[in-house]
Amino acid sequence: MAAAMPLALVVLLLLGPGGPARAESPRDSLREELVITPLPSGDVAATFQFRIRWDSELQREGDTDHYFLRYAVLPREVVCTENLTPWKKLLPCSSKAGLSVLLKADRLFHTRYHSQAVHIRPICRNARCTSISWELRQTLSVVFDAFITGQGKKDWSLFRMFSRTLTEPCPLASESRVYVDITNYSQDNETVEVNPPPTTTYEDVILGTRRTYAVYDLLDTAMINNSRNLNLQLKWKKPPENEAPPVPFLHAQRYVSGYGLQKGELSTLLYNTHPYRAFPVLLLDSVPWYLRLYVHTLTITSKGKENKPSYIHYQPAQDRLQPHLLEMLIQLPANSVTKVSIQFERALLKWTEYTPDPNHGFYISPSVLSALVPSMVAAKPVDWEGSPLFNTLFPVSDGSSYFVRLYTEPLLVNLPTPDFSMPYNVICLTCTVVAVCYGSFYNLLTRTFHIEEPSTGGLAKRLANLIRRARGVPPL
Amino acid sequence: MGLLSDPVRRRALARLVLRLNAPLWALPVAWLERTMRSVGLEVYTQSFSRKLPFPDETHERYMVSGTNVYGILRAPRAASTESLVFTVPCGSDSTNSQAVGLLLALAAHFRGQIYWAKDIIFLVTEHDLLGTEAWLEAYHDVNVTGMQSSPLQGWAGAIQAAVALELSSDVVTSLDVAVEGLNGQLPNLDLLNLFQTFCQKGGLLCTLQGKLQPQDWTSLDGPLQGLQTLLLMVLQQASGRPHGPHGLFLRYRVEALTLRGINSFRQYKYDLVAVGKALEGMFRKLNHLLERLHQSFFLYLLPALSRFVSIGLYMPAAGFLLLVLGLKALELWMQLHEAGVGLEAGGGPGPSAPLPPAQGVGLASLVAPLLVSQAMGLALYILPVLGQHVATQHFPVGEAEAVVLTLLAIYVAGLALPHNTHRVVSTQAPDRGWMALKLVALIYLALQLGCIALTNFSLGFLLAATMVPAAALTEPHGPRPLYAALLVLTGPAATLLGSLFLWRELQEAPLSIAEGWQLFLAALAQGVLEHYTYGALLFPLLALGLYPCWLLFWNVLFWK
Repeated sequence: MAAAMPLALVVLLLLGPGGPARAESPRDSLREELVITPLPSGDVAATFQFRIRWDSELQREGDTDHYFLRYAVLPREVVCTENLTPWKKLLPCSSKAGLSVLLKADRLFHTRYHSQAVHIRPICRNARCTSISWELRQTLSVVFDAFITGQGKKDWSLFRMFSRTLTEPCPLASESRVYVDITNYSQDNETVEVNPPPTTTYEDVILGTRRTYAVYDLLDTAMINNSRNLNLQLKWKKPPENEAPPVPFLHAQRYVSGYGLQKGELSTLLYNTHPYRAFPVLLLDSVPWYLRLYVHTLTITSKGKENKPSYIHYQPAQDRLQPHLLEMLIQLPANSVTKVSIQFERALLKWTEYTPDPNHGFYISPSVLSALVPSMVAAKPVDWEGSPLFNTLFPVSDGSSYFVRLYTEPLLVNLPTPDFSMPYNVICLTCTVVAVCYGSFYNLLTRTFHIEEPSTGGLAKRLANLIRRARGVPPL
Repeated sequence: MGLLSDPVRRRALARLVLRLNAPLWALPVAWLERTMRSVGLEVYTQSFSRKLPFPDETHERYMVSGTNVYGILRAPRAASTESLVFTVPCGSDSTNSQAVGLLLALAAHFRGQIYWAKDIIFLVTEHDLLGTEAWLEAYHDVNVTGMQSSPLQGWAGAIQAAVALELSSDVVTSLDVAVEGLNGQLPNLDLLNLFQTFCQKGGLLCTLQGKLQPQDWTSLDGPLQGLQTLLLMVLQQASGRPHGPHGLFLRYRVEALTLRGINSFRQYKYDLVAVGKALEGMFRKLNHLLERLHQSFFLYLLPALSRFVSIGLYMPAAGFLLLVLGLKALELWMQLHEAGVGLEAGGGPGPSAPLPPAQGVGLASLVAPLLVSQAMGLALYILPVLGQHVATQHFPVGEAEAVVLTLLAIYVAGLALPHNTHRVVSTQAPDRGWMALKLVALIYLALQLGCIALTNFSLGFLLAATMVPAAALTEPHGPRPLYAALLVLTGPAATLLGSLFLWRELQEAPLSIAEGWQLFLAALAQGVLEHYTYGALLFPLLALGLYPCWLLFWNVLFWK
């Protein structure tokens, strides 16, 4: 179940992964697609992807200059309707036509899992990269929960999920398709039934496993005209077992250990559940300065033994300026749990630096894991332009592995917090008043006053006096 | 709130209760896992084992191993940064299966709701508090008490609040709330207010310390009943033992309380729907919290659910008691000073360099009694558990008995010691010797009691109220047997015995002398055990701090 990896982040990735496309891309193109995946638990996941490309006169200057690479996280933000509305406005058809009519906020936020993303990147238009296009890719993934949305029923349809059906493609779209994952159900059509029956299917290797998709093309006029609207239905013939979902090869957990308000420990557990292949993982941690990391306590253990990272980059924090940045390349042995832990001390903030709700705690941003995860079946090299959009979300590098970027859960850490109530303010105020009064009074009472002659001569006179003193003559 | 309002759910609950009421020999881990998973939770188990330092005869356990089962209800679209805990202790001897049934029913109901903003952990622990301790230590990845447990698989962020439920009988007529935690820690008063609100809303009969809430505060009865409840709370808090599974959560700064459904043989009987509604309401309120509970009091005493005594009111009482020690110490200091001056003036050509008064006492004479009494305290702390095997080899007693009897033997032996020490000490001015010793002892006692009263007011106040008069009066002149009797009667052991009698008297279940003695022995063993299993501080505090200090006064009394 996708909800097992809770993640509610709007990720803005500049210059994201994926090589530049080789083929000449059409000008101002829009592709939209929706992937529906029934999960073994009876829940259903829906992923929208919209890709807009346009040519631009903005030229990229040479190679990617890593000096300008920025990474920022806002771990506190929970995705809400106010994130969805501007996101929808970026779409050419807004929510008037095409797949985007399904984007009804009240249904999308009545789900178990919600993830929304905007990626923007430049793309080379030719092999020598003399001119570029820009690509704006918007994705939205939701998981509908049979317990909540389905009221216990596990049959799904577009109308049931979004309270809308598809009537027409977006007129601007060059491609508008709906894919339904029928991998486990295509062989024996016993468990699940898709209605209307698909005209074509599509097969590919996604996340290391071979998957089959039923394809519904909205630009195909026959598709809509038959019944004037398209309401895809998924019917379980045999009610799905409530089995535990299959465990992915790479997953991670993060937590704060220890108690009290002085010290603590950040622990990240990296799971490699692949039965026989080890693979490296790049772990990126950005920790705010008010957790003072003790780098000498950094320990990485897998299977009870110390695991030495092959690469460590650490940039220490500067108070109120810059967070800690810790980046490591760790080899995860096959079928193992690797624990990365580092101790920290909680800093005392200045009293104006506390948030308005200091007792809520302070957020620590998630760790980012980037890995090439070995796949179960070999994938053939893909023609990026021809394949569906969801295919490029987890790009395959050489056929034996695929790229995954994971975000662990953000953490909530309590810092030592003064009691910001009336007595605290009173104490602060009284202390200030007393300090000011006492200071000036003490100063007045202990200082001895004497009249000093105004010195007139300046430097020349002082020099002259020095010489006179050396000669034994009284000074001027 | 539609909990259990439809007949299907109610039937399911009845089935669960029937299944759980069958005699249990161990926690039905696999069944619980399956049931929780079918409800739609993420289910994990944790196994733990612990060898107690000596057999626990009250609970009949020594080598303990068990399994905790917990299911996490993930809040929709949230990132698992915060969570609430609903815990139910359950074990082979526990009759808490009704509570497990209610937990599962609540989990099923909560799972169907969309409004959760915090994850909810449904935790079923085995071996009551030991299981809770093991789970908490594993959740926070610390090892405080030497518990061996398997690491956890699932986390759900920072725990914001926890509620524990115990239903001790099939018939629930009132709901009792327990707040006293480990070492006298208390949850935020707002959590208690929250519970009280839902009690009133649901028309539940709520009790505190098993006492009904007084209705009429104008007549004498109301305040009198409030006083009884208050005294019960003071005794309970002073004991420093967790009064329910919630007590262990407080160490990790998780606001928690325990609800106990008890059968107090009243007419009204509540079905689990009423209890479930109150719990649902509490969880929804806690779910809406933006910050941890921090606005209200953490230090308070409760004469009733709706009334509290704040720290500003009760702290002066302890302060005035400690002031007695301070004034007495001041008086002794001045007497010593005068004696020093008088000695110099009357002595004529004495020691050529007149010593300052404090030094003139001869600090060396204080070293021996201080060291001896501290050594006795150390022996009291270490020997009983360390020497239990030696004792069982040489005497026909069990390990637990050996520990308790060794404790008592060392305690009494401490009383015999001063007769030996005073011969070692040689002083020219005997009067100044005991004065100096008493001065040191008074300051030592005042400091200790002050610190205790700040962290656990009830304990501090109880000890101050008993020890301060005897400590202030004691001197080697005057009616010595009277002072000795007073000192023995106000010593830590006698205070414990007295507290036990008072406690049972207030609970309206008075003890006979023999029962009281048995209970006293059991309480001693429990006190030592709780130090080792949960990290309760009462035993080391008494053994290493107050007992040696009390011996100093004994030493003063028999100064020659």
